[in-house]
Amino acid sequence: MNSPCTTELAAIKQCRNGSRKAFEVIVNRYMKDAYFIALGYVGNRQDALDLSQEAFFKAYRKLDTLSADNKFFPWFYQILKNQCFSHLRKFKNKKTQSLDGAEEPIVIEDEKHSFDPEMIAERNEAKDRLWQAIGQLDEKHREVIILRHFQNFSYDQIAQTLLYSKGTVMSRLYYARKKLRELLDDKKGGLL
Amino acid sequence: MTCPDYKGLMMGYLDNELDEHQKKMFTEHLDQCPDCKKELAEFKDLKQLADEVALTEPTDELWQHYWKNIYNRFERTLGWLLVSVAAIILLIYGGFRLIEEIIQDPTVDIVLKVGLVALIGGLAILFVSVLRERLYLRKKDPYKDIRR
Repeated sequence: MNSPCTTELAAIKQCRNGSRKAFEVIVNRYMKDAYFIALGYVGNRQDALDLSQEAFFKAYRKLDTLSADNKFFPWFYQILKNQCFSHLRKFKNKKTQSLDGAEEPIVIEDEKHSFDPEMIAERNEAKDRLWQAIGQLDEKHREVIILRHFQNFSYDQIAQTLLYSKGTVMSRLYYARKKLRELLDDKKGGLL
Repeated sequence: MTCPDYKGLMMGYLDNELDEHQKKMFTEHLDQCPDCKKELAEFKDLKQLADEVALTEPTDELWQHYWKNIYNRFERTLGWLLVSVAAIILLIYGGFRLIEEIIQDPTVDIVLKVGLVALIGGLAILFVSVLRERLYLRKKDPYKDIRR
């Protein structure tokens, strides 16, 4: 039986020969990651869907720039990230950053707290503040928070995706969380 | 090691990403450092909050149509490419025939003919000049791969 990596390599090879069917295999494998990462960056479902699909489309057209030694996802992530930040910059110029605005990512509460109305209310308010604070982080801090907290990536996976060392990931996470805490503390009444 | 050296380890400890040796090193430091202990407790609250918020899983329909939407982009790109090429060919051909007719028509004033030829010549020079500049910049631009 072929491992996922072998399947991916074979699919990429076929894509380079013009097979779109093979690219479908890659898309099916990473579409959820791509969508949720984009959702974390841009903050609304329709844009996340469009941007992640556009990133796959661009990736297919640029596949010849992916060297044989490199894995698909870290390379694709750079395309997706550029796509999202470019969208945010355009949007910011037009209006305001979407994470700061009324339209926040659709989120669900952890089921274990769903029975407690007071807790839900508190967590809803906290959730809003958290998203607002994440929206105020700069790019390099926001990406580690999204990958760690909303994608549940391990440090090794984050390091592979962002092309950093594990030490850099830990350091980035420290400063990202520190900044996040400061932003949350600055908000009305503090959060934590 | 000084306190700032343990900040990265603090994250690893918080996320359970440290090996046994690193964990031991950090907990030993924690026993002696009330500042790091306090900071760790604050980060735990933040982590708890972030962990309790999860993004909603979209409907299955979205995943079922996901590839189809990407495939549509391939088709539409090809469609637009063909339309653009056809439009350019038809415009050039139509323009050429129109100009040919005007120039060959003895009833048209010579001044109009000269003006038309000069206009076409000027446009051709401008087009070649801009195209050459673009191609040159594309080759030489050291920042072409930098995200703007």
